[in-house]
Order: sequence, then structure tokens, then C-alpha cells
Amino acid sequence: MNPLACPDKVLLIQADLDGELGMAKTAALQAHLQVCAGCQALQDDLRALSAGLRRDAERHPAPDRLRAGLMARAAPNVRPIRRLARHPALAFGLGAALAAGVALAVLPGQRTASLMDEAVASHIRALQPGHLMDVPSSDRHTVRPWFDGRIDYAPPVRDFATAGFPLLGGRLDYLGGRPVAALVYRHDRHLIDLYVWPATGEAAPSERARSGYAVVTWRAGGTAFLAVSDVEAPELLAFAKLWNDGS
Amino acid sequence: MAGDEAEFARLALPHLDAAYNLARWLLRDPVAAEDAVQDALLRALTYFASFRGGNPRAWLLQIVRNAAHDRLAAAARAREAPLVTFDDADESTMAEPADPADDPETALSRAQDRAALATALAALPAELRECLVLRELEEMSYRDIAQVTGVPVGTVMSRLWRARRALLRHAEASA
Repeated sequence: MNPLACPDKVLLIQADLDGELGMAKTAALQAHLQVCAGCQALQDDLRALSAGLRRDAERHPAPDRLRAGLMARAAPNVRPIRRLARHPALAFGLGAALAAGVALAVLPGQRTASLMDEAVASHIRALQPGHLMDVPSSDRHTVRPWFDGRIDYAPPVRDFATAGFPLLGGRLDYLGGRPVAALVYRHDRHLIDLYVWPATGEAAPSERARSGYAVVTWRAGGTAFLAVSDVEAPELLAFAKLWNDGS
Repeated sequence: MAGDEAEFARLALPHLDAAYNLARWLLRDPVAAEDAVQDALLRALTYFASFRGGNPRAWLLQIVRNAAHDRLAAAARAREAPLVTFDDADESTMAEPADPADDPETALSRAQDRAALATALAALPAELRECLVLRELEEMSYRDIAQVTGVPVGTVMSRLWRARRALLRHAEASA
């Protein structure tokens, strides 16, 4: 803490670091910082404090009991799919989910709207501890072969770590009455589930909000894509664009 | 009502960790924090019919924050201690965090240095602590923090500054 910081500048220095200062004021502050060692030192101290807090102060995750209670409310009126339980890769996950009081189910019908609702429900289920990934790996050469023999198609798997959407892994999920490949990505502190399955036709990415989640669907190269996440819609569309541009 | 409940739960789920984290940092006890979040979820479900869009995270965290403060106030009454809100209080009434420099071995330990910063944060008055937790751990905007804590943005800024100044002074004193 440097006592020489100008008293009328401390809130501006703080707002700048918090990303809350407008462009004009930021420019004026930068000019002042060039010539004021005290304010410069305070900025350094505040920046180090912020980094220290983010690194050291624990983010306490909600206990499973709280989450399970809320999830049971999020997906009522749903019936378990028995076929799912017979699949060896999913039997354990299903057992754990039922133990947590969560009804696993797939809604009937193939309409897009119900498919989106289904994907949101699936995404919410997957966020339960231990349910997100069957194959945790950022290596697409590990993730893609894992699906061999588990589903009847080879899903395209790509990593966009350099664009801020690193691949975390994949899992087998169930959508529209069939097993599908789900790829898991991270963006900042949000998770994105991307469901991919074979389909004909081409369609540009389009976004629909469902129950507070963003859902983006598109078709390209003989594959249907459905991405669901709690990121902001423009960011999910940017994610879809990465896929579309490269394929 | 079941539909509303499902809709509410889907809206609240992505923010459950943030809700619990805030309650945990405010109440500094896992059981009390879980109870407070449970209370808040019930309250939020009751209010949900009147929720008209806006930021669901700030809306939910505001309810969690109030539930946690109700518990802090009840605990203070149970101790028969006067409830001091920080805005009326001098900074000298702040709890003194444990000083890791008291023990040379502790001061040498990087792991415990880390714990020291978390301890100093935990020792801040609740009104300052919640602002810093929402800003640094939940990365919320001043406007959203103002909504959660029920004060003007200017007050959020001054509380953040007072919280940070206290932590910087603490770090300087133990260096």
C-alpha cells in the first residue's frame, strides 16, 4: 500500500482494474499514471491483491444435496428410460443419478422444441458431479476413438482451446430416442455441451433460449449439432461459428 | 405450479454454486450456509411469479444475501451483542485477522500465506466481505453487486475500496 496515491484517484484506479471505467476516463487515468509513481504503485498493489484473492480464496461449490434437490425440481414429469440402464457405459451414471433422487428421462417426440428441452435437461443432469464426462481428455485423438463401438457413427471432434473454447472430453448421452455423442467444452467458467449426430442437409447456426440456457443448432457436413450452455447467446453463436468456419 | 417450479429450478441451477459460495463466505459455516441457501431457494420460488426477467443471478443472489444476513442478525441477537453495521462503525472495530508473522515457520510457508489472505478476507466485516467476494470470486459488475447488496453503486465502490485497503494494510503489516 503506497501512501502517495492521490486520494481523488483511488476509486478511478479501482474501477479501471474492475473493468468499470469508460474509455475517456481510462485514457485520462493512463496519462496520470505515467507521471504519478504513487498511483502506479497502488495500481500494482490492487492488481496483485485481485490476483491473490482469485488464486487463494476458495470458491465453495454447492453441496450435492442442495443440487440434487433443485435438479429433482428442474426435471419433473419425466420417466426413466430402461434401455439406458442396460448400456454398460451408462449404467453406473444412471444408478448414481437415481440415488441422488434425479429422474433420468427422455421426453417423447422428435420435434425441435422438445429436442431442445431434452438437451437442456440432459445438460443440467450432466452438471451433476461425476456425470459430465465418460472420457475426460482434451485430446481429440483420445475422445474420438472412445466413441467407437459405443455409437454407430464417428462424431467429428475438434478442440478450440486457442479460441477460448478448450475441449474437456466427451460422454455418451441420449437424445431424441437414440444414443448420441456429447462433447464437453469450457468457456471461461461455463461449460458447453455439444451433441452431434448424423443428419442430412445444411443449416446455419440459429439460437433459441430455453429456460435460461442458450441453445444453438446447426447442420453441416452430414452432421447435426446442438450446443447448450449457460454462456451468453452471442458467445455460444461464436462457438458454433468456429465449427462452421473450419468444417 | 409444478411447471413454475421446474422453470425456477432450471433458472436457479446455474447459479447454485455462486449462491452457496456467497452464503458460505458470509456465514463462514457450511451447515449455516446450506440452510441459508435452502431458505433462499424457498423464498425465491415464492417470489418467482413476480420475477420479470433481468439478471437471474443478481436476483437469486440478492435473496440468498438477505437470507444470510437474517441469520447473521439472529446470531448477533442471540449473543445479545448490539448489531453493528459497518457503515456506522469505525474501522478499528474490525476483527483482527490472525497474524501469520507471529510464527516464523508459518511466515515461511507459502501454503499458509495463501490461507492468510483468505483468513484476512473472512475477517472483514460482512458488508465489505460480500462486495469483495461478489467482485473477485463471482466477477459481478458494480451494478449487479449493488442489486445484490441493496445499496447504490457509489456505496459498492467505496466498500470495495475499504475492503481492499484493509487487506493491503493487513498484508503490509504482516510482511
